[in-house]
Amino acid sequence: MTKRSATTSNYSRRDALRMVGIGGIAGLIAPNLLGKPVLARTSPAKPTGRVIVGLGQEPTVFNPLMVHIEVDDGVHFSVFDALFRVDPQGVIQPNLAVEVPNQKNGGISEDGLKWRIRLRDDVRWHDGKPFSAEDVKFTLELITNPNFRSWRTAGHALVRDITVVSPTEISWRMEEAFAPYLSFLTETFIVPKHILEKEANPNNAAFNQAPVGTGAFKWGQRVAGDHLELVANTDYFGEGPHIEKLVFKYIPDLTVLYTQFKSGDVDLVGQPYITPDHYGEAKALPNRVVTLVPRPSFESFYLNLERPQFKELAVREALYAAIDKESIIQGLYYGVPTPTETFMPRQSLYFNPNLPLHEFNLNRARQILDKAGWLPGKDGVRAKDGVRLSFTNSTTSGDPLREQVQQFLQQTFEQLGAEMKISNLPAAVMWGDFWVQSQFDSVIVGSTYLIGADPDVTNRLHSRSIPAKGGRGSNNAQYSNPEVDALLEKGARSFDPEVRRSIYHRVQELVRRDLPFLPLYQSNAVQGNKKGISGVLPNGNTRTESWNALAWYWAS
Amino acid sequence: MPGFLLNRLSQSIVLLVIVSIIGFTVLNLMPGGPLAQFGLDPGMTQKDLERLSEQLGLNRPLWIQYLDWAWRLVQGDWGHSYRDGSSVLAVISRHLLATLLLMGTSTALAIAIGSWIGIRGATHRYSLFDYCATVGAMVALSVPTFWFGLIGIYIFTLKLGWVPAGNMYAIGDGSVLDYLHHLILPSLVLSLVHVAIWSRYMRTATLDALTQDFVKTARAKGVSERRILLKHVVGNALLPMITLAGVQLPSLLTGALVTETVFTWPGMGRLFLDSLGYSDYPVVMGLLIFSAILVVLGNLIADIVVAVVDPRIRLS
Repeated sequence: MTKRSATTSNYSRRDALRMVGIGGIAGLIAPNLLGKPVLARTSPAKPTGRVIVGLGQEPTVFNPLMVHIEVDDGVHFSVFDALFRVDPQGVIQPNLAVEVPNQKNGGISEDGLKWRIRLRDDVRWHDGKPFSAEDVKFTLELITNPNFRSWRTAGHALVRDITVVSPTEISWRMEEAFAPYLSFLTETFIVPKHILEKEANPNNAAFNQAPVGTGAFKWGQRVAGDHLELVANTDYFGEGPHIEKLVFKYIPDLTVLYTQFKSGDVDLVGQPYITPDHYGEAKALPNRVVTLVPRPSFESFYLNLERPQFKELAVREALYAAIDKESIIQGLYYGVPTPTETFMPRQSLYFNPNLPLHEFNLNRARQILDKAGWLPGKDGVRAKDGVRLSFTNSTTSGDPLREQVQQFLQQTFEQLGAEMKISNLPAAVMWGDFWVQSQFDSVIVGSTYLIGADPDVTNRLHSRSIPAKGGRGSNNAQYSNPEVDALLEKGARSFDPEVRRSIYHRVQELVRRDLPFLPLYQSNAVQGNKKGISGVLPNGNTRTESWNALAWYWAS
Repeated sequence: MPGFLLNRLSQSIVLLVIVSIIGFTVLNLMPGGPLAQFGLDPGMTQKDLERLSEQLGLNRPLWIQYLDWAWRLVQGDWGHSYRDGSSVLAVISRHLLATLLLMGTSTALAIAIGSWIGIRGATHRYSLFDYCATVGAMVALSVPTFWFGLIGIYIFTLKLGWVPAGNMYAIGDGSVLDYLHHLILPSLVLSLVHVAIWSRYMRTATLDALTQDFVKTARAKGVSERRILLKHVVGNALLPMITLAGVQLPSLLTGALVTETVFTWPGMGRLFLDSLGYSDYPVVMGLLIFSAILVVLGNLIADIVVAVVDPRIRLS
């Protein structure tokens, strides 16, 4: 959170008044008053104005613990608070907790098993009831309630013996040391015990349609299929909110979403943002700020390593060298995405900037294959030991940009002597067994590897996570490297960011060397807002543009 | 009359059962299912997906799922949305008024304008007006509605700035005038197709009526052309239109898929598309049954009205 990490001392009038009200030193040491973000310097004295965020999908799930999609996150971040927040630099900051626990401050025991969290004492639910450790306990228990349709249970399932030490302190034991859990807790919003404990069936509770949180915005009203309105919580314990109303407007057609941004009906374009084909035009719009914002999603030419064509590293290296990334990005993607060599988003603390850079070089690609014994056959397609260098490539049908990429690659691969057949499938088929059980040769896929901001990618790259071999993760490339396995296990147990940094740098090096997937690019969102809105701070470590709506305000 | 109604009711029940079985089967045959959208979520494990599948009852055999659903429906329980857990009837009722407003306006416009064009086209057959109307109707029927919608937004919103670019009302306003302002473009675009249909039907029906013996008789008796048209021709030509209106009645409440999407109108058509996209089976099935009931009702009402209006027809 910028508001706590920033060190400037330019207090707004509102803060000054608040400090006078609280009086003296007690007020000074409250973490939210220790600093104000530079951007909020001229925020209004009381919440004023309204911001309309346009979204391409409709938020419908307002119980933040229930299974939901990305677009619901904006509402959750505004209405609720988690114990921690992750800032744009990937650093975890306290939110409902007073501090981030670690092994140095004793919040996490040396063996990583015992956790103790101290909570703020000045937080109230929107209905005026005080927030306490009981709410945290209730939340963590609800997530693993077998009758509750909860979202992610990874990490939470390891929590045992939750104890409320006092209203402002809670502790628990972990079944095994699991460092990523801290990051999972940044996306685990705390729900009120006093409301939900009365519900016989939490899946259909009235709360789910009119949530009560501790966040900077209270539930206002919802017009289903159209928009929902949140109103400022003037008793919020932290900085903000500075706007009186936050509106999420649902606009299903992406061209219309952009048009309404252009016409001024929408103040800020949220997910799925402005389409790349409108980027050039949008940049030139008067009184609009249009920026490229890094998203965690990573696009790759993803290989099934159990296919005989791809088993040999030389083949993967040659194919990679034959990909003209620059032409794809500039020519087909309007220059929007950023080329990358790794699955780790570049805004992450753990991004390795020293990986070897890809170079498009068809001659080198040919040499690699020649040297490895993959020689052209009569039909022009290379082969070795009876295996032809021929494979299919699939992606979600109806995605014209990806289909163009496929055709482009098909042509370059042909010059190399590799035959690529295109076989696209509807999304629902593609991401079913075809993907999960590794029934593909190769796919073009864009997906996020990290959960929250944690660098742990066990689920994606550990050999234990291959569903086609009975594993429980999503290592669908069937990548297996004992050194990577060992590093991932060590990384998940380690709580020291510096130790973990070197571990995950090495993982990225190994994966870049082994090429289980050919890295293409990291996605950027074309985000746009009206010029007058200040405080909009993109955060690629969250899934939503509205993670800090509490800091937004209209510059007068 | 009671015998007729009873007969119709039993037919309707059979129809609803067939519709629901087909709908349920087709829906469940679609690959992927409600959990596919979470397949790429890095935090959701295979275990989470299996747990959800069990909680939603998706791991049971299809026929058991169907019987369970049907039995609940008979008892008045339409089920709960997979997406947000609210009851299906609540979800439907949240979208009903928006659709009624849009469809009601556009249908009223379409009937008025379409009938007028149809009658005038028939009485001035092969005139310039008739040719223009025919060509216009062909264009309106063959060009997709979303294209008219987007062109409408481009011209009347972005270039001229006369009407808003969609939405049912401006957030924070919501006065009657504001609603009307927002209603203009979508209802005109939507009525375009309906005007085309109505005018074609009306033209044919009027032409048909014009050649009837009673028209000739009236002319022979020296009745004025105006009176012939209004009393004898239009009255008779409107009879088949009642049936057409009956067929169109359900769309008043089920909405327009494309137009509602282009104009961000929060109606039933968009609800259907969205629910289909999320594989929200209970809501899709609810909408299907709801539309089927409306179709049955629409036809029934049309039959009764025709019988009441036309003394030659008796219900038995």
